[in-house]
Amino acid sequence: MVLLKIKFTQQRRVHLAQGLWLLSWTAVIWGAIIFCLGVYLKMELLRRDEVMDNTEIHVVPNILMIVGLASIGTNWVASCVCQDSLDATRFPRWKVLLLGWFAVAAVLCCLLISVVALSFAVQGRLEESLKVGLRNGIRFYKDTDVPGRCYQKETIDRLQMEFRCCGNNNFKDWFEVQWVSSRYLNFTSKDVKDRIRSNVDGRYLLDGVPFSCCNPSSPRPCLRYTLTDNNAHFNYEYQSEELNLYSRGCRQALTDYYMELMNSTGPVVLSVILIQMSVLLGMRYLQTAVEGIMALEDPEGESDGFLLEKGVKETMEDLKVKALILLQFWLVDPIAPEGSSEDADLEKAEKEASPTPAS
Amino acid sequence: MALMLVKFDMKKRVKLAQTIWFLYWFAVMAGVLVFSMGLFFKIELRKRSELMDNNESHLLPNVLILMGLITCGVNAFGGKVCYDSLDPSKFIKWKPMLKPFLMFCVGLNGLLFVTALLCFVMRIPLQYTLAEGLKNGMRFYKDTDTPGRCYMKRTLDLMQMEFRCCGNDHYRDWFEIQWVSNRYLDFSAKEVKDRIGSNVDGQYLMDGVPFSCCNPSSPRPCIQGQMTNNTAHYSYDHYTEELNVWKRGCREAMVSYYGGLMNTIGALVLLVTMLEIAVTIGLQYINSSLSSLVNPEDPESESEGWILEKTVGETFTDIMANMKAMSKGGKVEEAEAGVATVS
Repeated sequence: MVLLKIKFTQQRRVHLAQGLWLLSWTAVIWGAIIFCLGVYLKMELLRRDEVMDNTEIHVVPNILMIVGLASIGTNWVASCVCQDSLDATRFPRWKVLLLGWFAVAAVLCCLLISVVALSFAVQGRLEESLKVGLRNGIRFYKDTDVPGRCYQKETIDRLQMEFRCCGNNNFKDWFEVQWVSSRYLNFTSKDVKDRIRSNVDGRYLLDGVPFSCCNPSSPRPCLRYTLTDNNAHFNYEYQSEELNLYSRGCRQALTDYYMELMNSTGPVVLSVILIQMSVLLGMRYLQTAVEGIMALEDPEGESDGFLLEKGVKETMEDLKVKALILLQFWLVDPIAPEGSSEDADLEKAEKEASPTPAS
Repeated sequence: MALMLVKFDMKKRVKLAQTIWFLYWFAVMAGVLVFSMGLFFKIELRKRSELMDNNESHLLPNVLILMGLITCGVNAFGGKVCYDSLDPSKFIKWKPMLKPFLMFCVGLNGLLFVTALLCFVMRIPLQYTLAEGLKNGMRFYKDTDTPGRCYMKRTLDLMQMEFRCCGNDHYRDWFEIQWVSNRYLDFSAKEVKDRIGSNVDGQYLMDGVPFSCCNPSSPRPCIQGQMTNNTAHYSYDHYTEELNVWKRGCREAMVSYYGGLMNTIGALVLLVTMLEIAVTIGLQYINSSLSSLVNPEDPESESEGWILEKTVGETFTDIMANMKAMSKGGKVEEAEAGVATVS
């Protein structure tokens, strides 16, 4: 029983070929868009490379770029096949290629679906990577004289200003780290000596934050030192002050930003999946219709187009048998020399087993 | 003697019409570009209109938007005429309109050139508007509780961070105004009373700057307060300190930003003007070549095309004579009417 058979007249075949040609060019353009999206996402991730600990998240833009390029190539081939499909002399050279084309198109669809799933699954890994990266960034903020880390201060400052965030989880992360370089500390002053002695590691800890945490929307000039001391500033209460500094942590800000970016690629990827599947189905119909016509040798007659020659179950059985035969050939060949004596034994056993007509 | 005479046969005419049709579509897109540049510039001016005292002149973006729209329309019409010029039956209906249309195009090209010049010239009034606006803006930095000015602090802070500048001409401008609101000053403290008593206007002046002046590239955490006091900070010399706060003044930064924008727009409008002149000349050639067919019945005969039917001097004297004739004709009619009423 043929699966989803449709009758194709000459005109219908022509329309199918034309429509499919247009659709495959649309798919080429969408493939280019997917590639550009992948490139953009990769550039954004590379820009903040310094506050990320590992590059696991790069798998999403990498797959997008590969799929984009492959989709451009595949659909361009599809458009060439469509152009040649109505010409009986040019179509046969594509016949061999078509099975491979179907396999590649199916793999592309699977990869696209996996990208959608990955972009949700990768959020946890991103947060972990950012947590470690930001923690290091904050620790090395003061090391502007250490080669390899001298731009950490500028990176973190610009990050906090651009994403309107402060610290890893919130601004109190800055209270636990020495972010003022020892080069600018007067070790003879009482205040510095007190602070250094107040903790085990001998670090100069303050209840203050860098200027990049300041919120411009605050009605009051930014307060960034002695934040926990209500008496140090006029008309100030630490617990209820909300607008003075950014209240969001940078890890949260960056995760939100990247998740939004990846989610916005979701609709584009879904539409590309739909277009690719339609091209796949249309190509199958075109292939079967044109092959049917070529068998009848009447270019203006009717032919049948279908998805599968037999039903789904029968096709699966056929495929299983073919796979087993291939497997057998592959397994039997290596043991062929011994197998010949085994075959001779088998034949003898058969002859003895089956009663001869004479007896 | 015609100006720049060129001989045309059928093939050449067809090629000319196709090329000019193609160029007209480019010109339509150029018109869209001019329109969008005008819109972009208008939005940029609006974004920072607070810093310009809401006083800035929107003449230039409005002119750009208008010229963009007119250019689009004119070029679309010209493209249609070109397309129809290949078919003699369709071209007949456009023929009478073509001469006035071409005169209009010449006028439009002149206006476009004037617009380009305007782009370069308007920089000067903008400079003055910016200087005034920034000075006032800094004065209202502290007024975050005054309606109408409550966002000035935020606007100034964001601007200083974005343009990497501090103060009007340099950071010392902040030393001369009170930028801390009275709501946050403890008037019973000695320090505050001293500072207020130290100047005639009773303002709380400090040698400090807002946080938005800080330079992230500085190796040292930002020093915003007591900037002129070398002993207040360890290992600090305010004469040699360069990276601590932004050195550039915001007036210079904004003027160079808007100036650059206007120069780019002016250059692009000049290019669009040249494109417009090219398509106008092309259309004139099409018009003249189709109206000078050797054999009017045979569309495939040879013809000649020119920019002006006579030389420049002769054309000019012709126009003068026409204008005199028109004005004389007007006077004769008036005299006749006068005679009629009298008699």
